[in-house]
Amino acid sequence: MEVSRHWRLRQQRYALVGEVCPHCETKIFPPRDICPDCGQDAKTLYQFSGRGEVFSFTTVHDAPAGHEGNAPYTVALVRLDEGPMLTAQLTDLGEQPVEIGMPVEMVTRRLREDGDRGMLVYGYKFRPRLSAA
Amino acid sequence: MRDVAVSGIGLVPVGEHWDRTLLDLAGEAVLLALHDAGLERVDSLLVSNMLAGTGETPQLNLGAQVADWCGLRGVEACKVEAACGSGGAAFRAGLLSVGSGLVESVLVVGAEKMSQSLGRVTTAGLATAADADYEAAHGPSFVALNALIMRRYMHEYGWRHEDFAPFSLNAHANAARNPHARLQFAISEDAYRSARMICDPINLLDSSPIGDGAAAIVLVPAERLRADRRPNPVLVAASGAATDSLAIHDRHQALHLAAAEASARQAYAQACLSPADIDFFELHDAFSIMAALSLEACGLAEPGRGPRMGLDGDIRPDGRLPLSTHGGLKARGHPVGATGVYQIVEVVRQLRGEAGGNQLARARIGMAQNIGGSGATILTHILRTA
Repeated sequence: MEVSRHWRLRQQRYALVGEVCPHCETKIFPPRDICPDCGQDAKTLYQFSGRGEVFSFTTVHDAPAGHEGNAPYTVALVRLDEGPMLTAQLTDLGEQPVEIGMPVEMVTRRLREDGDRGMLVYGYKFRPRLSAA
Repeated sequence: MRDVAVSGIGLVPVGEHWDRTLLDLAGEAVLLALHDAGLERVDSLLVSNMLAGTGETPQLNLGAQVADWCGLRGVEACKVEAACGSGGAAFRAGLLSVGSGLVESVLVVGAEKMSQSLGRVTTAGLATAADADYEAAHGPSFVALNALIMRRYMHEYGWRHEDFAPFSLNAHANAARNPHARLQFAISEDAYRSARMICDPINLLDSSPIGDGAAAIVLVPAERLRADRRPNPVLVAASGAATDSLAIHDRHQALHLAAAEASARQAYAQACLSPADIDFFELHDAFSIMAALSLEACGLAEPGRGPRMGLDGDIRPDGRLPLSTHGGLKARGHPVGATGVYQIVEVVRQLRGEAGGNQLARARIGMAQNIGGSGATILTHILRTA
């Protein structure tokens, strides 16, 4: 398990910290230091609200190694309110059917674990939005 | 750049070769291609492979290893990797080396060994084509990434799942006549509709089967083939290559294969052709949705209208634009790092008139498109009869 890899991503995984382009105002997630729209330097940090909507989704039954314990689970493309899209699991769904366009919000959940004694990896997942805001 | 021609091809059937190694498979394809070319040695060897460096017993440095195994010890050799697009990328690298004049002959061999790992290990290996930190870390399998695209595509354009059936039915019907195919049987529309769901909306019969396999091609300057007076020479008319973001979520348009469009435009321009001039197309039908997206990006169908070509029968061997004439990824099989080389070998078989039961009536200009990842690395090649 690569501890430093997960540590490096802590601001993104726990707080959805991306960037905003000082030149064209484009909001960027994941952060990449170069604006994908105008190609200029973009290193200004920007914290996303965590609100968005489901752009697409599917259910994984045959999980890749490391994720088998969680299967089946729902993976989605989530369009954040500020513009960018990201890939994440949906959680806390209960009996609620998932639909394209469904409003969701970010929560922190366990992404994977490495056996009984290994590291626990936490990060963002999205649940159906609770608040009207 | 000087003109380059294909002087030899070789391939082994795609399947579960439990008794054979990656080297063994690559070696057979190499020797078949050398024999076909009438050569004993080449100046350079390029090996395309995706997964040998993943799994429980990783092996890298395949260039030297395959060269030594094939009796080519001493030649320049290295591996080319671009996930499922490795084969097309290696072919392009070979084309550039011969075209540049730096070498006189190149052997491109695609080889993949997928039957020895457990399913979840292979699934994790295939997921390395996606972004490790921002896609794979969140658990989507490679099928799931394609399912995300397919569901959104159906939502935006109003297609039903069964509208994609013709892509799979055509591929299987063609594979039934191809002794090198992994799945040599036809399927019915009922079977397609009722197949086991993998990642909704993608079911088993939307999906290509993995497999072990190897295919090889010898490239030489075109003038050399002319001097040798070889029958049915095949020329490489164009090579286009482009990239997009690794992650679907980073793309400007999730339903458009921008790299397919860019590489196809380059290829059409080099060959001085328009999309309507293409006689047949070996596309990257790893999943039925990718066939639709590829047709649209290459200017062969209007955006959002790809499935229409299947429903109208245009893609069958007797149609306007035959697709996957040897079964495609869907039914010939998808030995990932080798697939791009299989595609071009199949184009050459058609152009030479050696495609057996799959031979098309009209095969003078053929196109092959190979995709690495969910649309990140895309190679488009056009070959033609001389």
